[in-house]
Amino acid sequence: MQDAINQTLRRVPTWPVYVLGLAPIPWLFWLGLSGGLGPEPIKALEHRYGVLGLQFLLAGLCVTPLRRFAGINAIRFRRALGLVAFAFIAAHLLVWAVLDVQALSRVWADIVKRPYITIGMAGFACLVPLAVTSTDRAVRWLGAPRWRQLHRLTYVAVGLGAVHFVMQAKGLQIAPLVYLGVAGVLLGLRTLPSGKRLA
Amino acid sequence: MRRPAHPLGPADVTPEAVYLNRRQWIAGAMALGAGGRGAASTGLEPNSWDDITSYNNFYEFGTGKEDPKRHAHAMTTDPWSIEIGGMVDRPGTYGFAEIMDGMPVEERIYRFRCVEAWSMVIPWTGFELRRLLDRVGVQPGATHVAFETLYRPEEMRGTRSPVIPWPYREGLRLDEAMHPLTIMATGLYGKPMPNQNGAPIRLVVPWKYGFKSIKSIVKITLVDAQPETSWNMIAPREYGFYCNVNPDVDHPRWSQATERRVGGGLFAGREPTLMFNGYAEEVAGMYAGMDLSVDF
Repeated sequence: MQDAINQTLRRVPTWPVYVLGLAPIPWLFWLGLSGGLGPEPIKALEHRYGVLGLQFLLAGLCVTPLRRFAGINAIRFRRALGLVAFAFIAAHLLVWAVLDVQALSRVWADIVKRPYITIGMAGFACLVPLAVTSTDRAVRWLGAPRWRQLHRLTYVAVGLGAVHFVMQAKGLQIAPLVYLGVAGVLLGLRTLPSGKRLA
Repeated sequence: MRRPAHPLGPADVTPEAVYLNRRQWIAGAMALGAGGRGAASTGLEPNSWDDITSYNNFYEFGTGKEDPKRHAHAMTTDPWSIEIGGMVDRPGTYGFAEIMDGMPVEERIYRFRCVEAWSMVIPWTGFELRRLLDRVGVQPGATHVAFETLYRPEEMRGTRSPVIPWPYREGLRLDEAMHPLTIMATGLYGKPMPNQNGAPIRLVVPWKYGFKSIKSIVKITLVDAQPETSWNMIAPREYGFYCNVNPDVDHPRWSQATERRVGGGLFAGREPTLMFNGYAEEVAGMYAGMDLSVDF
């Protein structure tokens, strides 16, 4: 079963992850332009990009546990998942700054004054060096151990992103807490001793 | 502008386009007899029926803006009654028709400013709350009015999760409740109130953030102390009792200095938020001497 899945996965190219993964960026933007996101499309677009970014980050975090606990090797897709997540979060940030807040002074004031925005920005800041060092050349340049160490920043970014999502909610909303819980489980799995291989 | 008792029949419905031509007033001006068209009226083109009925906060039906439109149809609004009690001469459970009987229903175009920094202009139909309070007889000593929204989990799917402690509660000081701008709204654009907007009867207090304008009211109680209000109970640091629109007092999580009119599309600009949502002339006197950054 695992072998069959792994053999199939080996034959799947990675480019569809980019194409299908990134497609919602222009698609949602077009929906926003054409009324498909309701009468207040700015917040809707901001929210959709942000949630998709978090979903792709979490998907990226699934790769290692899948291999460790289920023997499924999807590591070939991890870079694409991470870069797509980065693109969504960058789009989320741009919609917020340019279409929503609309003034650099107010953007800066919000980053400094509003804790949930400070936290979100910190999460994005963690992702920038990861996106920059996502190429094979960067891996060679840094050396694999250092590259892996640096890319543990993903854990910080996911944690901050999930907390940011929880903090922006009004009232006790379930969905953001579910994301925070999933992030917690995926991060927690990494602390299990490596001897505990189930597969 | 008077209308016969609610509910309005099809013959009463004014076509939206005609309505817009007829009703380009300064919000609230008619209530005070000021009348006339002013510069402010250009900013008071009402939002479309679609805007007003498809972008709602009504957490009883879900926390998404589109959830109320999708799910509020499940709410039974006929029969409907309001339990009016506390410090009143004639407490009781009043049926909707009984409340509307002889009530002077009028049309009011008000700015509506949500605490989330978006806004609309809404042509309500309704009557002044003070008419109802006068009818039941407010006893001396009463200082505040408490309101409650319907809580019926089998019809309100959002109440099945504990987003807020149900039922939704709101309150006003008695002078705020008796203010001529404060209305009980029963319709929009001359049509009966859609469920997602708080059918069949809701409060509208145009100088306060929208969540003070409690929807689908089933209980009104006259009391002699400041009542508990839902958002204040959940997050007192973010929501005070008064919640007057105030560009100078930020929400801890965002600025209240500007707002965005709903319906402007993806490139809609922001406009400055007005003190008391533009109704300062009418209502500021009620807060004279108060520090509005403390009593926010």
